[in-house]
Amino acid sequence: MTMSEHTIKAFDADLQDLTRVVAEMGGLAERQIAKAIEALDKRDPVLADRVIAEDAKIDALQHEIEEKAVLTIARRQPMAVDLREIVGALRVSNDLERIGDLAKNIAKRVGALEEDFGSQQVMRGVEHMAELVLAQIKDVLDSFANRDSAKALAVWRNDEEIDAVNNSLFRELLTYMMEDPRNISYCIHLLFCAKNIERMGDHATNIAETVYFIAEGRTLAEERPKGDNTASTKVPFRN
Amino acid sequence: MSLAVDRNTIPVPLTQGTSAPGGALVEKIATRQLNFFYGANRALRDITIPLYAKRVTAFIGPSGCGKSTLLRVLNRVYDLYPNQRAEGEVLLDGENILSPGQDVNLLRARIGMVFQKPTPFPMSIYENIAFGVRLYERLSRQELDTRVEQALRRAALWDEVKDKLAANGLSLSGGQQQRLCIARTVAVKPEVILLDEPCSALDPISTAKVEELIDELKDDYTIAIVTHNMQQAARVSDYTAFMYLGEMVEFGTTSKMFTTPADRRTQDYITGRFG
Repeated sequence: MTMSEHTIKAFDADLQDLTRVVAEMGGLAERQIAKAIEALDKRDPVLADRVIAEDAKIDALQHEIEEKAVLTIARRQPMAVDLREIVGALRVSNDLERIGDLAKNIAKRVGALEEDFGSQQVMRGVEHMAELVLAQIKDVLDSFANRDSAKALAVWRNDEEIDAVNNSLFRELLTYMMEDPRNISYCIHLLFCAKNIERMGDHATNIAETVYFIAEGRTLAEERPKGDNTASTKVPFRN
Repeated sequence: MSLAVDRNTIPVPLTQGTSAPGGALVEKIATRQLNFFYGANRALRDITIPLYAKRVTAFIGPSGCGKSTLLRVLNRVYDLYPNQRAEGEVLLDGENILSPGQDVNLLRARIGMVFQKPTPFPMSIYENIAFGVRLYERLSRQELDTRVEQALRRAALWDEVKDKLAANGLSLSGGQQQRLCIARTVAVKPEVILLDEPCSALDPISTAKVEELIDELKDDYTIAIVTHNMQQAARVSDYTAFMYLGEMVEFGTTSKMFTTPADRRTQDYITGRFG
């Protein structure tokens, strides 16, 4: 949706500034995820530490967005789509901050995965999930930048695939743990990593909902397809 | 240009005229295909709009859009000027007040008006209010005292002036003068109150007092307010009408008009993107 300019140009500058910082925060969150997964894959504690340290930058950007948003509301008394943009920026920054935390949490687990694990397949599964989530986050950030509700809707509906990979990963890890208790430590950590990635996907869908709200002025009414059934998954013990 | 009305947010009134119980919407005033002319210049174009009983309706729009003109038609103030005429209908409780048989003085007692600049009469605070009452009613001295006090209390001015009722109305501050004018309007027990930018000459505190007053008055009256201050329209009104170039562009609940207006021009105007 293209909007004409405000009579007061400084108001446009305020809103553009807000969008720019959200985009910057989004880019940083994407890089944090990619680096956290790389650190996990290569067992690279140095890279992992860098991811942990970098999270403070995301938090700082969130504070910046909050300050800018509050100031803009106080100074401009925004109405309608302008107000939704500002409230939307606040919500998106919240989701991005959480995504950053989840990336940091994956990085923290790198140190715990000392010993090698026989199967590279589960790690590939985690990587695959991370790729899917990164694509979702990239798309949803694009939809935010362009106020593209159709693209946001596509992201919102696309979360199922991530849930499906998470489910199969969950079953696989359970099986490895049952086969040999020595696998448990490794598998549990990887399980949490997978869960973190799955939740990043949920935050991407939250952002999609916010973009839809900004562009359309109403919330998404329909039920989102949900595929995460790990809460009720069990694998029978075979001896 | 089409009239954008969200049918979902404008409940259909049950009956006309009387106030229905349970807060149901009643059309106190309804204009039908109203046109207005200053000489050859057509200032209002086919305006059809309801004013619901015991609700506040705000009229917004850029200067010259016709919102003050519309207010002037509703109590026929325009009658005082030559070469001004209205066509169409303005129904007050279902009766067309534009008809030639209408008693204009009686009409103005039923539909009171407060103007942009406070206009107290150059007489005492007490007389400012009693003057209008005496035109319509014969009250004893005691009854009149009571009426004056009620009106001043209603306008949240009593505490400030009760010890100086004999003082000249013009000696009050701007905000007090405006509330005095509202008290004067309320004193003759109107059914509808028209407010034409009542706060544009007031400081923020006086403005807040007038807005608080509007909120209280709507329990008993039907109120229409013209304002250039969109935040004020958003704060005080239940319904908002956006006018542009003599046309009604959009009418709807205030909550809808200021969050998700249907018409692009409304959105541009309320977000400060106009022209």
